[in-house]
Amino acid sequence: MQAVAFYILALVSVAAAFLVITAKNPVHSVLYLITVFFSAAGLFVLLGAEFLAMLLVVVYVGAVAVLFLFVVMMLDVDFAQFREGFARYLPLGGVVGAVLLTEIILVAMTVAHTGAAAKNALPMASAPGVSNTEAIGQVLYTDYFYLFQASGLVLLVAMIGAIVLTLRHRPGVRRQNIAKQVARTPKTGMTIVQIKPGEGVSE
Amino acid sequence: MGGIAYSNNPLIWSLLTLGQILLIVVIVLITVAFVILADRKIWAAVQWRKGPNVVGPFGLLQSFADLLKFVLKELVIPSGADKFVFLLAPVISVVFSFAAWAVMPFAPGWVISNLNVGVLYLLAISSLGVYGIIMGGWASNSKYPFLGALRSAAQMVSYEVSIGFILITVILLSGSMNLSTIVEQQNGGFWHWHAFALPTIVVMFPMSVMFFISFLAETNRPPFDLPEAESELVAGYQVEYSSTAYLLLMLAEYTNIVLMCCLISVLFFGGWHAPFPDDFIKTWPPIAAHLWALMWFVIKAMFWFFMVAMVKAIVPRYRYDQLMRLGWKVFLPASLVGVVLVAAWRVFGAQG
Repeated sequence: MQAVAFYILALVSVAAAFLVITAKNPVHSVLYLITVFFSAAGLFVLLGAEFLAMLLVVVYVGAVAVLFLFVVMMLDVDFAQFREGFARYLPLGGVVGAVLLTEIILVAMTVAHTGAAAKNALPMASAPGVSNTEAIGQVLYTDYFYLFQASGLVLLVAMIGAIVLTLRHRPGVRRQNIAKQVARTPKTGMTIVQIKPGEGVSE
Repeated sequence: MGGIAYSNNPLIWSLLTLGQILLIVVIVLITVAFVILADRKIWAAVQWRKGPNVVGPFGLLQSFADLLKFVLKELVIPSGADKFVFLLAPVISVVFSFAAWAVMPFAPGWVISNLNVGVLYLLAISSLGVYGIIMGGWASNSKYPFLGALRSAAQMVSYEVSIGFILITVILLSGSMNLSTIVEQQNGGFWHWHAFALPTIVVMFPMSVMFFISFLAETNRPPFDLPEAESELVAGYQVEYSSTAYLLLMLAEYTNIVLMCCLISVLFFGGWHAPFPDDFIKTWPPIAAHLWALMWFVIKAMFWFFMVAMVKAIVPRYRYDQLMRLGWKVFLPASLVGVVLVAAWRVFGAQG
């Protein structure tokens, strides 16, 4: 049963990953990318890492990919232009791809021969009765606390950088002050004037 | 549904689970049919109208008449539309809005999948709901749907942040992400519910109100229905949809609303527990005790739906910048403060 689910999910994720590159329309590419994320989450569930699976869906599918889609949809893409530079960039792309492939193969070989996988160990061997959410939390907030905080700081710096790049103060903009609007009463907002017949209102 | 002893035979297990899923889907579909009618009736009553009253007694069959009408109409696909994505969008909306019900505990043990990351699962599924809207809006290849989709994506992503923080306060209080466990801990009268439990009521009651407002924004309900604001965008992302595809989008929207109504009662208002200590049901036969629990669950969910409908009838629509200000400048800091306070109470407080 698990093997069937694994092969379905693996097949879907590999096929969708292939389609990410080959799809003509960039929006379709992003949609295939979402499929890849989703099947990867399914694979995490099969490994017994349901917490990571849910985080993958919440963070990558629910937030990052939405913003991706957001940007890609707003691009005005000329599809013919896409094909033009293909031959020119092929060598450079090929080199980058080859380097990445070599790295992946090396890492996979090392893990398979010397890592946990060689000893046939469980991916997350936790004590019985401890769910993997608790197990991750206990490791993350004790042994790796400083690294965890540092990664948070990296994200903070990235966020501040983005804000600083786009922030501009425009003078003379009238902003809505909701508290001020709500605090208005008839006394501050209007005056009652007794008008004699034949006269206008003058301040 | 967990009351049934599962067989070890995978085939029987699959069939039983499939049966439960079908049962939940049918019940939710019928509930949504009447909830739509209730929504229209409440809206009408606030405006001193009668609302739908022609089809069936008191117009009870109105939703079914609408269903037939939509199904029998012609499905128009715009010529410039991306046909596959256009048709996929409503299907995705409906699938995710129903998938979320898998972890909803209706009564003690009555849950299809008792996930130990149930809250996260709900958060994940509800964050996927945005894809139906954004894909539909883009695939229509038209200006109004596209603007609606962009608004909706920004709105749902923004309010998910505050919903996430509010969920964290509940998780901190109960120490579990399993929805059944969260409900179990609110046993014994309304003063044990998360929204009203005494020392934390100071934080948790405002949190429950914020959750209510955030889920209105998350489900695109008025006063935050900007993705489909008819005075600005005609009907937003739904403009090009007709027939069954439109029906599916509406179905997904209302299913999500009912789901959120159930979720707020589970997280803050005791789920299936009665508002008073009900130890006397322990002597009842199990099925009666379960139905008693289910009754309270349904009453609470329907109360929250009534509130949703009243908000639609009473509150005027927000402007888009006001919506964003509320989400990022009010709810996000407030819920963050709530998380800090609840965490501090858990560590240093009486129960620490």
